[in-house]
This record gives sequence, structure tokens and C-alpha cells, in this order.
Amino acid sequence: MKIHIKGGRLIDPASGVDAKKDLYIAAGKLLAIGNAPNGFTANRVIDATGLVVCPGLVDLAARLREPGFEYLATLESEMEAAIAGGVTSLACPPDTDPPLDEPGLVEMLKHRAQSLNQARVYPVGALTQGLKGERLTEMAELVDAGCVAFSHADAPFADSQILYHALQYAATFGFPVWLRPQDSALARHGVAHDGPVATRCGLQGVPVCAETVALSTMLILARETGARVHFARLSSAEGAEMVRKAKRDGLNVTCDIAIHHAHLTEMDIGYFDSNCRLDPPLRSQRDRDALRAALADGTVDAACSDHTPVDDDGKHLPFAEAEPGATGLELLLPLTLKWAEESGTALAAALARVTSQPARVLNIDAGHLTTGHAADICLFDPERHWRVAPESLKSQGRNTPYIGLEVRGKVRYTLVDGQIVYEAK
Amino acid sequence: MWLNPSNPQLDKKGQLHHLLTLEGLPAEILWQILDTAKAFVGTKVKKVPLLRGKSVFNVFFEPSTRTRTTFEIAAKRLSADVINLNVTVSSQTKGESLLDTVDNLSAMHADMFVVRHGESGAPHFIARHVAPDIHVINAGDGRHSHPTQGLLDMFTIRHYKKDFSSLRVAIVGDVLHSRVARSQIHAFSTLGCPEIRVIGPKTLLPAQVESLGVHVYHDMRQGLKDVDVVTMLRLQNERMQGALLPSAQEFYKYYGLTPDKLAAAKPDAIVLHPGPMNRGVEIDSSVADGKQSVILPQVTFGIAIRMAVMSIMAGTK
Repeated sequence: MKIHIKGGRLIDPASGVDAKKDLYIAAGKLLAIGNAPNGFTANRVIDATGLVVCPGLVDLAARLREPGFEYLATLESEMEAAIAGGVTSLACPPDTDPPLDEPGLVEMLKHRAQSLNQARVYPVGALTQGLKGERLTEMAELVDAGCVAFSHADAPFADSQILYHALQYAATFGFPVWLRPQDSALARHGVAHDGPVATRCGLQGVPVCAETVALSTMLILARETGARVHFARLSSAEGAEMVRKAKRDGLNVTCDIAIHHAHLTEMDIGYFDSNCRLDPPLRSQRDRDALRAALADGTVDAACSDHTPVDDDGKHLPFAEAEPGATGLELLLPLTLKWAEESGTALAAALARVTSQPARVLNIDAGHLTTGHAADICLFDPERHWRVAPESLKSQGRNTPYIGLEVRGKVRYTLVDGQIVYEAK
Repeated sequence: MWLNPSNPQLDKKGQLHHLLTLEGLPAEILWQILDTAKAFVGTKVKKVPLLRGKSVFNVFFEPSTRTRTTFEIAAKRLSADVINLNVTVSSQTKGESLLDTVDNLSAMHADMFVVRHGESGAPHFIARHVAPDIHVINAGDGRHSHPTQGLLDMFTIRHYKKDFSSLRVAIVGDVLHSRVARSQIHAFSTLGCPEIRVIGPKTLLPAQVESLGVHVYHDMRQGLKDVDVVTMLRLQNERMQGALLPSAQEFYKYYGLTPDKLAAAKPDAIVLHPGPMNRGVEIDSSVADGKQSVILPQVTFGIAIRMAVMSIMAGTK
């Protein structure tokens, strides 16, 4: 299949290109940018007039719910959501049932995903067996099976010594470790930011120190062990400041936020809206503003969807009993554009947060448009407004705080390996 | 769904449809409830036909004797049919979801649900999912709200003190876990009380409690200085030892209401307690039974307040 993408605005954050240029694709690879190669005849010409042509999005946290939670979502439904959202590469956390702690499970997941021929799935392996925080997994075996990094999802470690050894062992092989900084004891029973809304609503709070205490330990252990650590889903101004300082001091760490935390605050909980029951919790406006600034100044490397499909049974409950999480794959792009517009960030710089930069964290050859490399491309209409409604989502999870919100930016085509895998009707 | 999205407790005409919390209720509605209750206290008639033919379901997901009984008496005095459901020992233990329980009860043609639940926000959740002609009254949810208790406290205070606009009030003890404290704070603010104080150790005060419009004191004598009203909160047994407090004895020494600490308040200050009391933990017997205590009148007025709330709702269809 030879494809000619014609007349679009090409934005490739990795190379700094932002210009009207055509793309030529053949045999799954990007053949040329700008002028047609000699003798190129396209089987398909995509008229990209008025569209932005950018690398396919790279999402650092998307729960596909397989294995174990197929009643909440399946690979089929969530991979469809991914490509409808322009996401061509995604990392899935190990918090499945059983957790991704054995090479067989990882191979199975990769195989299932590949057979669907949609987005590329990068499993993040469990750091300890069963995510119990006690015994290390066979990390090298898991990497051979296809894991790109190791994480502990939201599970606690039995003690700091286990974390210390896990980081030492991962550092031996140079495997990246993704950690969610939250002290489980300080966050115990907490369901909302420990601030005025939790106080008013009588909800158990998760104090900011639950994040900063864990972060402080993890930063010291990262320095001590030399492990390459990525912090997943920061939620507070103080947390962002600690990472900023660590980076300034030369520590080789990266971090991300869930895109929700660039937009929502504890106030959005309103009258106990369980769609705003998220983990980490939505914090104060001050925290949100600091995270937006940190995303702009590069302290935060990437924004992720933190995609978590939950069914109605899990959300139709009193706030504290509701399952945390929101669906997000199809909203990552519009919510990133919304942040860019509101913060005055250039489109190319904003797209870097969901393409080239997360690809760098993942250490994969993706998130850029380079001749000779795989053609994973997203074409979106930056001016198209649409209203978020349950029926507008492909994901099996319809749980999102943004129901009813009008957003801007709609994916028109998604290409993986030079194949059109999604085309908006 | 809410009848009135800007205020889930009101109908489209702005009248009381559900009573879920005292936060966000207009002062006129609070005064309306207090005035209506006053008429019920004044009357000698034991039974009035205002709710004849209506079914009031007491749906208690958490055990309670006192509150449930006063709701039952109030509904019966209004001639309603009362059905008591102790859900803790029936469907919930069989795994039925809260939503299913509510749907089933709605199908039994209830007119009013009186709900107590251990989770904050559960009555909001139920109110959002019931049919639009069903009223929901919160009889206490988690740490969030206990609006009829807050109202009966206001009624009691008004009975003895008349005017809220010159009162200095103090709420003492476990504010963190107290739905009564939250209800009182909102009611005091709405009714124009100029100075609301909370007194307790830092472990029993919620984060940024000042955001509710209160002044914080950790020293009880300072906090009680020149106040007109003292509300003592119940300290639950499970909080008496552990990481929040070392012991009931130490709590009593620093935050228990004794005659000597009460002396810091105005000489005519009144003392409230939502019950049940822990004598010798948060309050000394000589104060609980003393002449400044209005704890028993609170119980009496509680029936009138619940009659007022139910009759106002029944009248707003």
C-alpha cells in the first residue's frame, strides 16, 4: 500500500518541523517528506487539507484490563479506543489479574495485541511477584518476553529494603523502573485530596505528604542505586518541585502526569461525583496550576491518559466506595490541545508531550516522523469541536468527568505501520 | 437526576425537595423549618393528618436507635405509614448493591426515604437515582452531614438565645469524624452567627478546617472564653486510643467539659450534645445534668424538627 498524505500541516516535534509538507508512505515506512520520490504512484491519496499530521500518540499508562478484568474491557474495545484517539503506541501497567509477572503472560498479551493489528502495546512488567512487594520478578526474562520497563502499579512495597533491592537489580541490567510515588500508609483509606472539599464532604483525605514522602525516599534510592527511574502520575505542586530540583541536580529521572490533573481540581467532585474519584486524587487549584506549569517547562516529560475503564457497577456507588479511574485514551489529544491553548503553549511543543517525549521515556523508536522508519501517524482536525458523550466513546469504559464537555480536536485518520487502521466517519 | 441542577436539594421552584445537607440551603428555608417546628412544639394536638396516606421508609444502613425512633414518632404524628428497614442485616449482607436496594424500595411506592448510611455522600447518591416524586431525608451519612440534628440544635439555641447575629459559639472535640459539627457550622454561617469556633487536638480537626469559616483553638479555656453556646461532640469508642488520641483520660483532662472549663464561657452559656454521651470522656456529669445543659430539650425538639421537615416536603409536590 502506497499512501500520499497531501496538503496537511506536518508537525514533528522531534525534528522541530512545523510546515505544510506532504508525506509519502510505502511498505509500512515513511518514504519521503516534502517532495514525492521518483516514480511514486499512490494507491491512496489522503487529502489532509486543514488537518494536522503528526506522529501517532504515545501513551504511558493505558489499562487494557486484560488479563483478568475482561468484564470491564477487552483488548478489542480498548485498542479501538486507542486508534480512535490517535494513540499508536501505549504502555500498559502490570495491574492485571494475575499481574504481569511471568513471561508467559507478557507473551500472551503481546501476541493478542499484535493479532489485532492496531496500536502497539508495550507491557510494563511487575517489579515484584504478584505485585506483593516481597520477591523480585524475573526481570531479564520478562524483558526478553517484551517488557519495556518495570513498575509496581499502585501496590505498596513490604518495606523500603525491597524497593532498594528492586532498584539495584533493575539497575544491574539498565532496566527502567516506573514508580508511582505514594506512601501507602499516609494514603490509607483516603479517597480525595486532603483539603477543603474533603473536609466539607467528610471524605477521608490523601495528604500531599503521601506523595512527597514517597518521592523523597524514591529520589534518594534512585541516586543511591543508579537506577533509571520514571515517576508516574505526579499530583502535587510540591512533587513537581522535587522532581524539578532533582533534574537540576543532574539526577537521571523523568516523570509524567495524567492529563486530568492539568484540568480538574478537587472542586470538580461537586456533589460526590464518582467520575471524579481518581487515583491520585484531584488536588487543589494551586497544584493543578503548578502541574500545568511543570508540563510547560519540561519538568514533567509527558502527559498520559491514565486510561482506566470502569463499569457502571463500579461507579454507581457512594463516592468512597466507587472504583477510582477514568477512561481516557480518546480524550488524551483534545485535553492536551486544551491545555496548550489555555497555557499558551505552541502546538508542536504540546504534541511533544504526547509523542516524542513519552517515546523517549519508553526508549522506543516511535513518536517521530523520520524517513526510513515506521509510519505511525495521527491526522487530526484541530478546529473540529465535539461534545464528550458516553456514546461517542469506543472504550468499554464510559466513566469520565468530562461528559458533556465540548472539546476541540478530532482524530480523522490513524496509521500504524503505514496502514490506515482508523478512519473517522 | 436532579430536579434543579444548581441545587440538588431544591425543586424547580426553589422549594425543599430533598434534605441532604445544610450546606447551600437558603436562609429562608432554614427559618421556614424552624418556624414550622415551633408551631408543632406549641400545639397540644398529638396527631395531625398532614402525611395521611403517605409512606415513609426509614432506611438505615447503619444502626441507630435514637434518630430512627424520633423520625418514626415524627412521621406517625403526621399520620404517615412508617416502614422501618434495617438494611445492615438484610440485603446488603446478601450482596445486593445500594442501587438495587433503592430501586426495590422505590417500587414499593415510598413517598419519602429517611436514610442513614456509613459513607459520606450516600444520600446524595440515592437522591440522584430515585424517582422524581420521592423525597430523601438524610439521617446521617458518614462524616458528612446530619441535617435534622443540625436543625434541632439551631432550634434549641434559638429557643434559649433568640438571636443568632450576636452569638459566639464553640464546637468541641472530634470535629474530624463529626457530621454534626459540619451541619452546625453550615447552619450557623447561614443564620448569621458572627463567630464560630472549633476546639480540639490537631489529630481530630480536618485539613484546612478554617475554609469552613471557623476559628481554630487547641486550648479549650481560650476557645470557650466568652462563648454563648458550647456543643460537645461525641467521641466514639474506637477513637479513644490509638494514633489519634492516647487515651480517654487524657482527652477528658484537656478537652472534656468540666464546670471549671465551662466557667470560661459566658455565665448564661448553654451546653449542647447530640448524644449519646460519654460521661467522663467528653463531658462531666455535673455539666451534663447541670442547669446550663439543654441536652434533654434537644431530644424533644428533635421530633418537632423532623415533623417540620417532612410536612414541608409533603407540601411541595
